[in-house]
Amino acid sequence: MKAEGFQALAWLLIALPLAGAAILLLGGRRTDKWGHWLGTATSLAAFGVGVGVFVQMLGYGHEERRRTLHLWEFFQAGSLKVDASLLLDPLSISFVLLITGVGTLIHVYSIGYMSHDVDRRRFFAYLNLFVAAMLLLVLGGNYVVLFVGWEGVGLASYLLIGFWQYKPTAATAAKKAFIVNRVGDLGLVTAIMLMFATFGTVGFEQILGTGHEHVGLASQLSTGTATAIGLLLLVGACGKSAQLPLQSWLLDAMEGPTPVSALIHAATMVTAGVYLIVRSGPIFEMSPDAQLVVTIVGAATLLAGAIIGTGKDDIKKALAGSTMSQIGYMTLAAGLGPAGYVFAIAHLIAHGFFKAGLFLGAGSVMHGMNDDVNMRHYGGLFKKMTITGATFGLGYFAIIGVPGLSGWFTKEGIIAAAYEKGGTSGAILGSCALIGAGITAYYMSRVMFMTFFGEKRWADDAHPHESPKIMTIPLVVLAFGSVFAGGWLTLGGFGHFLGPVVGEGEHHGFNPFNPYGIAAFVLMLAGVGLAWRQYGARPVPREQPAGSFLTVAARKDLYGDALNESLLMRPGQWLTRLAVWFDSRAVDGAVNGLAAGIGGSSGRLRRLQTGFARSYALSMFLGASVILAALLAVNVS
Amino acid sequence: MNDFPWLSVLLVLPLLGAITVALLPRGRDALAKQTALGFAAATAVLGIVLAFRFDSGGPRFQFTQSTPWIEAFGVDFALGLDGVALTMVVLSVVLVPLVILASWRDAERSGGTGVPPKRSVKTYFALILALETMMIGVFAATDVFLFYVFFEAMLIPVYFIIGSYGGPQRSYAAVKFLLYSLFGGLVMLVSVLWLFPLSSRKVSEGGLGAATFSFEELSGMTIEPTTAKWLFLGFFLAFAIKAPLVPVHTWLPDLAQQAPPGALVLIVGVLDKVGTYGMLRFCLELFPGAAQWATPVVLGLAVLSIIYGAILAIGQVDLKRLVAYTSVSHFGFIVLGIFGMTYAGQSGAVLYMVNHGFSTAALFLLVGFLIVRRGSARIDAFGGVQKKAPVLAGLFLVAGLSGLSLPGLAPFVSEFMVLTGTFTQYRVAAVLAAVGIVLAAIYILWMYQRTMGGPATEQVSGLSDLSVREKVAVAPVIAVIVVLGFFPQPVLNVINPSVETTQTVLDRPGFRPQITGDVAENGARP
Repeated sequence: MKAEGFQALAWLLIALPLAGAAILLLGGRRTDKWGHWLGTATSLAAFGVGVGVFVQMLGYGHEERRRTLHLWEFFQAGSLKVDASLLLDPLSISFVLLITGVGTLIHVYSIGYMSHDVDRRRFFAYLNLFVAAMLLLVLGGNYVVLFVGWEGVGLASYLLIGFWQYKPTAATAAKKAFIVNRVGDLGLVTAIMLMFATFGTVGFEQILGTGHEHVGLASQLSTGTATAIGLLLLVGACGKSAQLPLQSWLLDAMEGPTPVSALIHAATMVTAGVYLIVRSGPIFEMSPDAQLVVTIVGAATLLAGAIIGTGKDDIKKALAGSTMSQIGYMTLAAGLGPAGYVFAIAHLIAHGFFKAGLFLGAGSVMHGMNDDVNMRHYGGLFKKMTITGATFGLGYFAIIGVPGLSGWFTKEGIIAAAYEKGGTSGAILGSCALIGAGITAYYMSRVMFMTFFGEKRWADDAHPHESPKIMTIPLVVLAFGSVFAGGWLTLGGFGHFLGPVVGEGEHHGFNPFNPYGIAAFVLMLAGVGLAWRQYGARPVPREQPAGSFLTVAARKDLYGDALNESLLMRPGQWLTRLAVWFDSRAVDGAVNGLAAGIGGSSGRLRRLQTGFARSYALSMFLGASVILAALLAVNVS
Repeated sequence: MNDFPWLSVLLVLPLLGAITVALLPRGRDALAKQTALGFAAATAVLGIVLAFRFDSGGPRFQFTQSTPWIEAFGVDFALGLDGVALTMVVLSVVLVPLVILASWRDAERSGGTGVPPKRSVKTYFALILALETMMIGVFAATDVFLFYVFFEAMLIPVYFIIGSYGGPQRSYAAVKFLLYSLFGGLVMLVSVLWLFPLSSRKVSEGGLGAATFSFEELSGMTIEPTTAKWLFLGFFLAFAIKAPLVPVHTWLPDLAQQAPPGALVLIVGVLDKVGTYGMLRFCLELFPGAAQWATPVVLGLAVLSIIYGAILAIGQVDLKRLVAYTSVSHFGFIVLGIFGMTYAGQSGAVLYMVNHGFSTAALFLLVGFLIVRRGSARIDAFGGVQKKAPVLAGLFLVAGLSGLSLPGLAPFVSEFMVLTGTFTQYRVAAVLAAVGIVLAAIYILWMYQRTMGGPATEQVSGLSDLSVREKVAVAPVIAVIVVLGFFPQPVLNVINPSVETTQTVLDRPGFRPQITGDVAENGARP
């Protein structure tokens, strides 16, 4: 159905932050004074529009909440026709509220965090651009519009990660993020081509159907094609969501200012892959194989990310490993089909709150510690930064799954859904998720203890202090979400709300006293206990100890970069060098040699190159005339 | 006004400008530049007026006019524009004034290459205007022989521009360019002339009854398959050199390294498009059977160009050579779209020609601004420019991003159309070509990082940001790239009818998806 009334203004969601970015970038230094306020205002206004759209959607009947907004004909040639259109439905609006809500808080926080940066205006322009691109991604009414937002997010993250371009590490990290993402995009774009060749359209409505009464073309897919499309989409999702084997960019992406990490890692970019898989559910459901691969990737990443998290002394990198891991949970859930979709999205939203809170909290700590990120130089900070410490603590409780907090509700659901998949695969996946929960408790406790408790290990010039209100208020709001969002979603009928998009599925009553829940609780306690034994009860050395094999591997991101370097980068460099040599010697040489042969001798060619070309040209024209004459003669006779 | 000879006026206006500028007294350089800019601007306005007068629902060729020229051979001075030619002409006339503005001082110092120019300042601008006439003529010619004449005549101003205003190796580059082009042109001339005896055969023998070089008449003529293959090859070789396609591309990087940046915009942005334009117009429509016979090989060369060109671009240390190799890669995409033989792919290829024109123009203009500032085109002569010249760096990034076909900028739509269209017919070729999008990210971003990123180095310490003149020259190009990124359909509306004709000539079956909507309405599975 068409969007009407206020929903017809949904394009403002994207236009507002986009306009903000344009004004700030084109306005230049003139906008320095008020640029950050404008950037925050456009993001907040987009949130307001999102709420309006949401309220209107709630007013519609359960099955009538899917509305499309046709904007203009993007491009058309022959049977390839793509419209610029937006899709408003429970799934997209969930993302819209998360992106604009958490996004706005990050804007507000950044006013304080970036107040000393001469380029704060440019930072806000990029933040706005990021929000606009991400909204386009989740609102796009077909795969091409989604792709425009998809790559737009890639661009914005490139700009933000490389915000301090003068730092070579930042410039390299930004480039790496974009290129690794492009590998994923290659998968997505191939999936889109295959979908067009298969369905003759790229529209969500036609391919995926519009809910109950209308089944999409995807339902007619052969298993082989469905597997192919599914796996290609998964490649795209892996790139954006930093899942194995395209995870390597995420850990380097910490080079950007900390609010960027909160935005990219928590609320927006990395969730795009999960969105893509859940949105494309009808395709994955036609291929159990593709779904199985999705769950395997999710399970492997959730473990790998968690292990990496245990070895990091850099607070941001520890959180980055955690992001990988948590997105792994969502991917795993998304691969489980309708049974997992709701948990994937619920966990995504809950994670949006607590991970944003954790990252911004880490930023607040850094703010007070002269931008030192090494947790071995922290310790005992709780007393100096009570608000930061308390909000960080609530986020910590949420992520490790303390009963009653957000993460507990949503992660519990994923673990149970994995086991309930049944069979060997269900048992293995569920166990991975369970073990991951234990490791999560360990590495997050480690972060907590090393940062806020224990003895002071500060650098001599460190004078830790609480951050200004403009930074702590967003922390408080996010902590609120960390505590309540999961329960509110799980008990408040979020599954029913998403039903028209992801299928109603069987609604289990939420039962925390199932065996998996109890096991998860025990593992969590074990993880916390182990961390306490190592980092709480005994002093933390200021220098990094040598560490076991596994610790070293975790510190080195499980050798992901080494693998990329030896498998791709070095051979690529050799290939490039070889190609340059081949082109100048072999190809050019062959052509020059041929020319010399025709010209009579190489000596003559050399003479020609010093300026007698015009006479040579003349001789060519003469030659042509001879051929012409010959042709005419043949014709006449 | 329907009989008004629009195209003759368009053709003569820059030529008149060239003569006027050339006749100005020596030493009046400023006046020469202003006069040249005036004529170029007037031509641009006229070209844009033409674009608005073009009726995309009307006959294929519009603004037609024809005068007998060499009656003995049936050669007419015949002009006319279809949608494809119109977009190319508009691209040319819009770029020329911007190029003149951007290269305001290039003639004095050979584009910053440090070699004194061989000829006067006014000659440079006269040559640019003369080149513009040739470019308009080559796209507007509807007589195959006339096309050939413009095709060869284009070489003359280019040869003199590079040979007189280029870098240290300019004569080598100019001669190499000339030899390549003349060789291709010569082979094509054989093919063109061959059409004469074919068309003058009696109708009963498959000819047209009278000698003619009129494109529209020739395209209706049936040619015996073996002959058609030879003729196709003659045309194709010339166009492949011009485009340029691997393995006959090596003249372009050498030329790019030596040519003044402004002239490069016209050579790579417009002139090389004659190659791909010729493939679509002449190779496909005059010899449809032969073209489809050659398709697998051509697609192979196209994919090779995309990948090989991109890899070489990654390995370059000279900015102008780098951009030249990216163009080799992009021309591969255009050829892929044309020889993928699909409607979407061919429309996309033509749109690609327009978009690449603007995208490459932006890149070369900005590279030119960098070179003028440092006196070197080597990448390692820069570093940290972003700190010193943020506007230059920002625009350079936008231009670069258009070079890697970022969605939201013009080249994305055309690249997507080419890939998707081709995929429906030739899956392997399309998927291999798509690898180019990853390689493009590498060559663009690495170039950006090495020139703009990092700490500001000593060597760029005195670097100034863009002047007003430079901004005015490059801003319209960037604006077009952004606008066409979101609203390409008006251009496609002009292109589509012409491509539809090509599709009819090729007699291609329309695209049928594997799963159609017919069954889906009731949700039944097959």
